[in-house]
Amino acid sequence: MTERTTERVTEEATGALGTTPSQTIGPFLSIVLPWPDGPDVVTGGGVLLTGRLTDGRGDPIPDGLVEIWQADADGRFGTGFRGFGRCPTDPDGGFAFRTVVPGSVDGEQAPHIDVSVFCRGLLNRVVTRIYFPDQPLNATDPVLTALGDDAARLVAARTEAGYHLDVRLQGDGETPFFAL
Amino acid sequence: MTTVPRFAPDAPGTHPPLDFAGYRSTALRHPSRPLLVLPQRLTELTGPLFGHDRVQPGDDDLTWYDGGEAVGQRIVVHGRLLDSDGRAVPDALLEVWQANAGGRYRHVVDQWPSPLDPHFAGNGRVVTDSDGRYRFTTIRPGAYPWGNHPNAWRPAHIHFSVFGQAFTQRLITQMYFPDDPLFFQDPIFNSVPDPAARQRLVSAYDHGATVESWALGFRFDIVLRGRDQTPFETEPDDD
Repeated sequence: MTERTTERVTEEATGALGTTPSQTIGPFLSIVLPWPDGPDVVTGGGVLLTGRLTDGRGDPIPDGLVEIWQADADGRFGTGFRGFGRCPTDPDGGFAFRTVVPGSVDGEQAPHIDVSVFCRGLLNRVVTRIYFPDQPLNATDPVLTALGDDAARLVAARTEAGYHLDVRLQGDGETPFFAL
Repeated sequence: MTTVPRFAPDAPGTHPPLDFAGYRSTALRHPSRPLLVLPQRLTELTGPLFGHDRVQPGDDDLTWYDGGEAVGQRIVVHGRLLDSDGRAVPDALLEVWQANAGGRYRHVVDQWPSPLDPHFAGNGRVVTDSDGRYRFTTIRPGAYPWGNHPNAWRPAHIHFSVFGQAFTQRLITQMYFPDDPLFFQDPIFNSVPDPAARQRLVSAYDHGATVESWALGFRFDIVLRGRDQTPFETEPDDD
């Protein structure tokens, strides 16, 4: 018997269920998933967060779906701020969200946005993050520092309207992706 | 002190590998470098909460579109959204899409010679109730050919998009029908390594849900990642 006995009993009592596997989103997601207000994390003001989704040849992925999830400008969740955006990619692989730069959620992690990418040919989503330039916490952010030289691939570039970051699924300049 | 539970990992073999040669479209669309583990912190442990504000009356009935009834076998699909601890996931938005009875999607990319049904759009939305239950009425979708390999046919399926309650729980999957003779040659279904996990994608015929003189019932429970044993403490110096 070990100190973990209680936990094990609880687990047996509730019964650990096997999780449902992921399957590809396929090519027909536009039948239901695009929302008229999907890309609008905020309805007015804010910044335009743009990017382009490409494959292992560098070709655009025109049938993908990008979703983002983030804290509000003060780094808070659950304040009524929607925090979520969803944008299907256009024929050039492009996506664009209207949002705000989030605050740090804990004073330790640099401001970031979590990203899910879905498309035909992806049997499960891939997850990455978007960071912002000129954020002092970038230098000590635990995820960015763990990435070393690859960290730069997650930091968006300033544009006239906001920020831009390309997402490349494979090959030269491949985006770092995460397991959750 | 606020604590938020982390989500337990999926058992090995639950999800398809991203690089799966049998499904040709994965070739140029899978990351070639290993995935780094992203620690579950606040952004990963929270998620968008969408519910009834995203659903219109009638979104749970796919059998009626543009003033008429869709052709095909009418079915009721129902089940529970749970986490792996067996807890119900309430107020979660499910979005579904599918081909019509002849296996044709109402989509510009789908041009195979099977007729569109003027009264079938193939999209639905439902929200789980306080017990995690959902239910919608639709037409049993047909199988359809695709170009992946010679004489390739997708088994009949319904696509499900599921939010759960946290970014970490987000899931997109497909529901299949029992005893489909096309399973053996479908790389998407067979990409799930663990045969027991694969079977969790297959709905069960449910005579209890079959509505007399109206529709056949199928049950499809969806299980998202549950809580890990070790709670997450939100103090930044505590990780």
